[in-house]
Amino acid sequence: MRLGVQDLTCVRGGRTVFENLSFEVKKGSGLQLTGANGVGKSSLLRILAGFLPPAAGRITLEGADDETPIGEFCHYVGHLNGVKRAFTVRENLLFWSEYCGGGDIDPALETFNLLDLSDIPAGLLSAGQARRLGLARLQVIERPLWLLDEPSVSLDEASRNILASAIRNHTRNGGLAIAATHLPLGVKFAHTLELGAEAH
Amino acid sequence: MADTPGFFGRLANPTFFLKLSGAVLPWLTGLTVILMLVGLYLVFFFAPPDYQQGETVKIMFIHAPSAWLAMMGYSIVTIASIGSLIWRHPMADVAAKAALPIGACFTLLALITGSLWGKPMWGTYWVWDARLTSVLILFFLYLGLMALWQAIEEPSRAGRAAAILAIVGSVNLPIIKFSVDWWHTLHQPASLTRLDAPAIHPSILIPLLVMMVAFTALFFVLHLTAMRTEVLRRRVQALRLTQVDAARAGEGARA
Amino acid sequence: MHAFIRLVARDVRLTLREGGAVSTALGFYLVVVAILPLGLGPDLNLLSRIAPGVLWVALLLAALLSVERIFHNDLEDGTLEVIALGPLPLELVAAAKALAHWISIGLPLVIAAPILALLLNLPANAFWILLLTMVTGTPAISFLGSVGAALTLGLRRGGLLLALLVLPLYVPVLVFGISAMNAVITGPASFLSSYLILCALTLATVVLAPIAAAAALRLSLA
Repeated sequence: MRLGVQDLTCVRGGRTVFENLSFEVKKGSGLQLTGANGVGKSSLLRILAGFLPPAAGRITLEGADDETPIGEFCHYVGHLNGVKRAFTVRENLLFWSEYCGGGDIDPALETFNLLDLSDIPAGLLSAGQARRLGLARLQVIERPLWLLDEPSVSLDEASRNILASAIRNHTRNGGLAIAATHLPLGVKFAHTLELGAEAH
Repeated sequence: MADTPGFFGRLANPTFFLKLSGAVLPWLTGLTVILMLVGLYLVFFFAPPDYQQGETVKIMFIHAPSAWLAMMGYSIVTIASIGSLIWRHPMADVAAKAALPIGACFTLLALITGSLWGKPMWGTYWVWDARLTSVLILFFLYLGLMALWQAIEEPSRAGRAAAILAIVGSVNLPIIKFSVDWWHTLHQPASLTRLDAPAIHPSILIPLLVMMVAFTALFFVLHLTAMRTEVLRRRVQALRLTQVDAARAGEGARA
Repeated sequence: MHAFIRLVARDVRLTLREGGAVSTALGFYLVVVAILPLGLGPDLNLLSRIAPGVLWVALLLAALLSVERIFHNDLEDGTLEVIALGPLPLELVAAAKALAHWISIGLPLVIAAPILALLLNLPANAFWILLLTMVTGTPAISFLGSVGAALTLGLRRGGLLLALLVLPLYVPVLVFGISAMNAVITGPASFLSSYLILCALTLATVVLAPIAAAAALRLSLA
């Protein structure tokens, strides 16, 4: 599996965010997106996930059939956790697993250190715990391409290490990961792309 | 299509549109003025007063063209919406947005003249007549579309959202009309005789037709003007954005 | 299909667990129906004559209160993004969520209607017809509402705008729902013709509305 991006252009609100962006991410490697606020890190991830139509350019995912939208091969973790406050931790994860056709949730609960909290309503969780619950989805449902937008926000040192090892595991098993981040994640990414570098 | 742009393809270029509409508008305006003067002369000096309704029948010469434009306006909005959703034609958005307030005004005019005409005919300003009711609902659809345009800041998103709503509305309009007719026949005993005389005398028909054409021309004058204004407004917006970007780049360079 | 049922079940469970939406809608329905006689006077003959209309209009308003929630909560906590990347196309997502709204809000309102009909002295022979027409017509309310909810998603004053956009579109459902009932109560029109048109309206809405709602959802995800 290989992600190829050719001449991608993003326009939002009549403003060109970035132009003619090309890069590729190979099987089993990661890409770190850097750059100042507003250079289009989030927009790029949203385009890759298929939420935002690009103004121009092509995205190809080798090894995926043409019928299925690329979004169905992606995990997208944005600024919001995608957690229902009225459901317990277990119910939240169980729903994603059933809806998206994932596997057993207990290993993920354990990896992300949520087992003790599994019967607590998600509304009672702290910001960091809720973030971990949002990230646990990554492990429950197998998908080759991870799109992570500032995934380490509100995580403490220990949780950041859990996330880092999850990303390492994913790429070791042949997965792709693209992360937009300011903070060091503790993961060695094969590629780095600085957006908006040519603007200055 | 990208290689040899046809007429509609070239229209996608706002500059071409401004040039073309700028050339057409003075002629169209002149034509409208002449048609309007001729029409009004015919209405006041040629068309006879009705033997029952007296001079109030002259309201019809405003009412009928307004009602026609209310419908035509919505058709233009619908066609433009399809153009903007399917072909992504950049001017289609502009055309749909510009037609809304004009169509809404003529719809309101049709309602007001209808109720003014209704006072001498029916003895009351408003009756829940099937036609009045469906035009009233059409007016609500216009209002909803305008409110949606206003509520969404980004023009491209607003355009697409309004286009979806306009198409949903146009699918619904015949059904609403049908249901209102149904409702009316259920609730209203057939006591009102409308003006649908089997044959309209030429002395009424000719002024009416002239007024119809004059109003239609007026609609297009207003529509083209509103479209030009919208194009210019978007240009101003784009200029401001580049100013903001330039200022930001300057700050970045200093930092 | 499996994912579709999961999504419907999740939304129904969420609405029931959060509780507020159902009881607010029911309470609103009760208050509107109860306040009308205070405005119109306690004349039972008058009330029973206008009962079908009052029950329908009040139900429409009560359902409209919660239509905004169909997508709003999922947008706010980010679950809409995850759902959008799931196996269902957005059209089916919109359909599932509208269906869940109907099950969790529409049906309770329909069940409450005959009880409120007692307050308005609805003729006894009309109770079953009331239930039948409302069960048939309310899915159209939820599905049309989902289009408005998707269009106004994430906007300021979205709720008020939603009412302005959607209420005119409800006219046909209202007209045929009420005329089917009146046909039974007062005659002489045929019940079946009004009722069959109501069925057609609902079926067409259930098929077409998710397409429009999905198109609108794509806009708010962008």
